[in-house]
Amino acid sequence: MPLSAQPASSAEQYVLSASLDNARHLSSLLRAVHFQDHATCFATANGLRVTVEDAKCIQANAFIQAEIFQEFAVQEQTVTFRINLAVLLDCLTIFGTSSLPGTSTALKMCYRGYGYPLMLFLEEGGVVTVCKINTQEPEDLLDFNFCSTKVVNKIILQSEGLRKAFAELDMTSEVMQITMSPDKPYFRLSTFGNAGSAHLDYCKDSDLIEAFHCNQTQTNRYKISLLKPSTKALALSCKVSIRTDAQGFLSLQYMIRNEDGQICFVEYYCCPDENITEEM
Amino acid sequence: MRFRAKIVDLACLNHFSRVINTIAKLARICTLRLTVSKLYFILSDKVANGGVGMWCELNQGNFFDEFQMEGVAAEHNEIYLELVPENLSRALKTAQNAKAVKMKLTNKHCPCLRVAVELPSLSSSSRIVTHDIPVGVIPRRLWNDFKEPSVPDFDVSIYLPVLKTMKSIVERMKNLSNSIMIEANLNGEMNLKVETDLVCVTTHFKDLGNPSWALEDGCQSSQDRDPETMAEARIDIRKLQQLLAGQQVNPTKALCNIVSKRIVHFILLHEDVSLQYFIPALT
Repeated sequence: MPLSAQPASSAEQYVLSASLDNARHLSSLLRAVHFQDHATCFATANGLRVTVEDAKCIQANAFIQAEIFQEFAVQEQTVTFRINLAVLLDCLTIFGTSSLPGTSTALKMCYRGYGYPLMLFLEEGGVVTVCKINTQEPEDLLDFNFCSTKVVNKIILQSEGLRKAFAELDMTSEVMQITMSPDKPYFRLSTFGNAGSAHLDYCKDSDLIEAFHCNQTQTNRYKISLLKPSTKALALSCKVSIRTDAQGFLSLQYMIRNEDGQICFVEYYCCPDENITEEM
Repeated sequence: MRFRAKIVDLACLNHFSRVINTIAKLARICTLRLTVSKLYFILSDKVANGGVGMWCELNQGNFFDEFQMEGVAAEHNEIYLELVPENLSRALKTAQNAKAVKMKLTNKHCPCLRVAVELPSLSSSSRIVTHDIPVGVIPRRLWNDFKEPSVPDFDVSIYLPVLKTMKSIVERMKNLSNSIMIEANLNGEMNLKVETDLVCVTTHFKDLGNPSWALEDGCQSSQDRDPETMAEARIDIRKLQQLLAGQQVNPTKALCNIVSKRIVHFILLHEDVSLQYFIPALT
C-alpha cells in the first residue's frame, strides 16, 4: 500500500504516528545500542527513547527527540512497547545501509496501541516496503537514578580521543578499570589481559578534554564485555561525557550529530564489577 | 576428445572470470558442455540441488582468441565435463594481469582441465602458473540429462526491478525468514513478501513492464489473463539471494517467468552471456 494511499485521518487512529525523511537518522542511533535483540520503546511528546539492557548491569538508551522527525504525534502521555531490535533494524535498512549521496529512505511509523504491531512504511526511489512488526509486553527496566547532584566525577572528552583506545581494548582482560582523580593520573583507562596490564593516561590539560570536574579519586572496574558495545556509540559521536557516582556507577553520554547536523544522544549506564572495590 | 583454448585479450579474460565467479556462486558442482561454437554451464534440476536448475550459455568467439574442440565422436562433436566451478574461479584469480591464459583438457593421471596462466615477468622468460583442475568426463549415454530446459508454461512474465535494489531487499529479508513469496501480474507490478510470527514485510514494485512472448502458433498465451491477478510462488530465499549476489555486472535484460505455486524461471541476459535459473516453489 503506497504512502499516498493512507487515510488522511490516520493520525487519530494511532497512539504514535511519526514521519522521518531520512530513516538513517533513526537506524544509525538504534544500531549504536543494539547489543541485545530486545528493546523497549518509549514515546512521549518529547520524542522517542529506545532502551536495551543486559545482565541487569548495563543499560543503553538512544534518544531521538521529536524535532528530528518531520511529524511526531503521541496520543497518550507515554506509549511503551517492547520490540525485537534486530528485526526493527532490518526493516529500517531494507533498502540497504550504504548511504549514497542524495538518496535516502523515507519512513512513516504508526502504532495503534497495546497489542497491535508496529507499522513501518518505507519508501526509496518509488519502491515502497510495508513492515508489520509484532510488539510485546514492556518489561521492567533498571533505573540507574543518575542525576547531576549525585555525580562525583565528570569528564567531557572529544570522542576521537577515546576511539582508538576503545577500538584497541585488550579483550583478554575481564575488566576495564577507570581511574578519575583531581591528582595524577587524572584520567586513566587500564586493562589486565594475558599479555599484561595496559594503562592509557589522559592529562587534564589535554586538548581533547573539554571539561574536567573531578572531586575525588575514584577507581572502578567494569566488565569489559559489557562496555565493548558502547564502542558503536563512540564511533558515531563527536563528544562523550564520562560520569561516576559515589557507588561507582558509570554513565557514558554520547553526543551524536546526524547527517543534517542535528544533535541526538545515546547513553550507556554500567554497574561496577562487584568483585573488586579498590581505592588507589 | 581434445580441447584447447586461449585468451589473450585482458578485457575478455576479466569478463570470462566474472562469468565463472557468478557460476561458482550458484553451483558447487556443475556440467561444462563444450561445442564448436559455445560453452554451457549446466545444473540440472535434481533433488540433490534442491530442485534448482541453471543453464548458462556463452559464445566462445566472444571470449577466446583460439578455440579448438574435438568431441567424443564425429556425429557427437561435443564434450561434457563435470567440474567444481570454484576451482576454475580460483585459478582465474591469479590471471588478473596475465599476458595470456591457456586451457587444455589433459589426462595424465586423471582427466583435468589444465589452466596455464602466463604472467608478466621482468626477465626474458615468462612466468607460468599452472592449475590442474580435476574434471569428470560425462559419458554420452548420460547427455540426455543435460538438455536445455524448455521455457515453462508461465502465468506471468515480468521484467525484474533494478537488481541492486532487489539484492539489498532480499538480503535483509533473508535475516527474517527462510522463504520468500514472489508475486507479479501483467500490470508490471511485483511484490516480495516474507511472513513469520514476528514480522511481515512486503516490498511493492510498480511499472516494471511485462515482456511479450510470441508463441509458436503466433499468439500470446497471456492475452486472456486478468492483468491485476497475481501469479505467486514461495521459494527458498537463500537460492534467490545466491542468484542476486552472484551478479557482478548489470544485465542488459533481466526478467522472470512465474508458474503459480510451481516454479520461478529467471532469465538474465548480458551481451555475450545468457543465464537461466530455475527455482522451484516450496511445497
